[in-house]
Amino acid sequence: MAKADFEVPELQEYTEVPKYVEGTMAHSSPYVAKPDHQTPLGFPGALVPDWEEKTLEAMGDLLGKYRSFQVYLDSCVKCGACTDKCHYYLGTSDPKNMPVARQDLLRKVYRRYFTFAGKFFPKLVGAVDLTREVLDEWYSYFHQCSQCRRCSVFCPYGIDTAEISMAAREILDRIGYGQKYCNEIIAKVHKIGNNLGLPGPAIQNILDGLEEDVLDDTGVAVKFPLDVKGVDILLVTPSADFFAEPHIDGLIGYAKVFHECGVSWTVSTKASEAGNFGMFIGSYENMRRVSMRIREAAIELGVKRIVFGECGHAWRVAYAFLNTLAGPFDFLDPNYPVPQHILEFTWDAIQQGKLNLDKSANDDKVLTFHDSCNVARATRMGDKPGGQFEIPRNVIKAVCNNYVDMEADTIKERTFCCGGGGGLLTDDLMELRVKGAIPRINALNNVVQEHGVTHMAAICAICKSQFTKVIPYYGFEMDQIVSVHQLVSNAILLTGQGEQDDDDGEDDE
Amino acid sequence: MSFLTVVYALLFYSATAVLVIGVGRKIYIFAKAPAPLKIPTTPAPTTQTGVIMRMFREVVFFESLFKGAKWTWLFGWVFHMGLFLVLLRHVRYFQDPVWFPIELIQPFGAYAGFAMVAGLAGLFGRRMLVDRVRYISAPSDYLMLILLMLIGLSGLMMTFVAHTDIVAVKKFFLGLMTLSISELPADPVLLVHLALVALLMLIFPISKLLHAPGIFFSPTRNQVDNPRERRHLAEWAKRFEQQ
Repeated sequence: MAKADFEVPELQEYTEVPKYVEGTMAHSSPYVAKPDHQTPLGFPGALVPDWEEKTLEAMGDLLGKYRSFQVYLDSCVKCGACTDKCHYYLGTSDPKNMPVARQDLLRKVYRRYFTFAGKFFPKLVGAVDLTREVLDEWYSYFHQCSQCRRCSVFCPYGIDTAEISMAAREILDRIGYGQKYCNEIIAKVHKIGNNLGLPGPAIQNILDGLEEDVLDDTGVAVKFPLDVKGVDILLVTPSADFFAEPHIDGLIGYAKVFHECGVSWTVSTKASEAGNFGMFIGSYENMRRVSMRIREAAIELGVKRIVFGECGHAWRVAYAFLNTLAGPFDFLDPNYPVPQHILEFTWDAIQQGKLNLDKSANDDKVLTFHDSCNVARATRMGDKPGGQFEIPRNVIKAVCNNYVDMEADTIKERTFCCGGGGGLLTDDLMELRVKGAIPRINALNNVVQEHGVTHMAAICAICKSQFTKVIPYYGFEMDQIVSVHQLVSNAILLTGQGEQDDDDGEDDE
Repeated sequence: MSFLTVVYALLFYSATAVLVIGVGRKIYIFAKAPAPLKIPTTPAPTTQTGVIMRMFREVVFFESLFKGAKWTWLFGWVFHMGLFLVLLRHVRYFQDPVWFPIELIQPFGAYAGFAMVAGLAGLFGRRMLVDRVRYISAPSDYLMLILLMLIGLSGLMMTFVAHTDIVAVKKFFLGLMTLSISELPADPVLLVHLALVALLMLIFPISKLLHAPGIFFSPTRNQVDNPRERRHLAEWAKRFEQQ
């Protein structure tokens, strides 16, 4: 059991909607970005002296650039349908973590300066002046939103708090009040090419090590190529896949699938990161700069296809935005969607019978699946709506005998965030992360108790990192979180694998 | 022509102007602001027809609200459908002869007034009683419900309790439309009803009533889920392409 300097919520059979308690998370605020983190992104190094003016100027600019921002600030009727939908509200009871109340922190200022009613009758419509207290509250509570879009599913107007929190963070960045975690990482991507700041030789080293490991385990020479020109596929995957469990086991899974399908592929040093934190801070320009690295790598390496590894927000940027930000991709093979998700690739391979799978290799586990918020509510896999729910489950069921879904209200489009998405996966927000995970942990605990579930599979680097860190607070073990392609990896019988030894039912870690 | 008639005539001319110009301006602002990225809440339709169906379900059945909050959905849907029938019923005051469909719904429209007020009362109760909804409510949120309830109640009064001279009322409104104003009955309930309706029209473009046009411009609901197939680029984002 991990130690905590805050009260860890108790598990409940069903996540109850708490009565609100004001200010429980008012102290939660991530480290502020230093000039070194701000300036590489094109933002002022520190809070500008005329921040009031600049804040309103930035707000006006975004109102003209984002229809979502303008329409959502005007359209909310305060019906309250979203108030019990946010995992951070459910976990903290802080009323400012209700989606509408979070939006209102900004909407109150919008009304005061941009609307007739707010200018002349501020008290009546709840409009407030822009003060330092208001600004600090923005900083605190817009960094208590993981941009998971669960609220937008239930809003009668589709108001998406993620759009508001992205705009708020963009405004804060523009006045020099950015968040250290996100901006430091984006600066690393601009400079080195990935979130973890792994240079090319380090990646090479890791990939060489993996080749050896797989050879030792299976007797088959599965390649892990880096910066190889003229191959079929550029694999863009979160840098966590090069780094830690259970991510790296997923990477081994991708490599085995590619190997068995007989396609050539490579990782790129330049595009060694699928993640794009530019989205979290709402910065079109930074998101575009990060995305352009993938286009450039694809052109330089002369690949035919781009495939993304397991990562939630990365898949959102890839699926929904990449064509906009870094397209058109008319230089790639038009027979395949650009980009493709590794699960789409693997599911195709399974359907075509290209993989020899031994499901019993995962018989030591009873699996459940955590739908990542960005995959579930902002993307698709395959060509049918909802493919993002079916394809991962299909793949899991193709490689495992024991699978159970969590409660219907906590999966698919209603899935709960892991608690660490949206640029909040940082130790300075640990209390928020632990408390925000509670709706998911409750649902997990239910299937553990009732169905003997032993492992939860995820397809997002942030979800995996968050859960491995947070579930020990609730009495679970870190290694109960697995990558979907880790399960695939366990089950694949590589061509030639059985010839050396028959002991292929083992886990490969 | 009485002073009262002149005042009400001017009131309705200005309220109509504010409503049309104000909402028109807002729609223009909504339409002009680009949606630079594809952000439909998925699973989302992959065709334009699918989007029209989604929007239809949203506007007519309040699909998302139904998923989210059953009581709010019930009260909200009953109120809006009641209001819709009541508005249709009132079309008879603006045309002569009256369309047959409008004739047909007259009896339903009369009782829809009760449904409308009941729905509003439910919403008001919820706003006061649910702690979370109370927390997010500004004075204007309560006042809006009160205003709508008073409009509904004063209308029901005239239908079921104290009838007014609706022939004269109709003549007044037809007159407004042809710029030949005739006398408005000086009936207190009618005057209250009409004044509140004019007030509602006046505040429409500066209040949360903008949710009515807003829903049609909501990118999470009105976008086709086809970002891999079709490149979507906003005008303002094109300047990055030249760099």
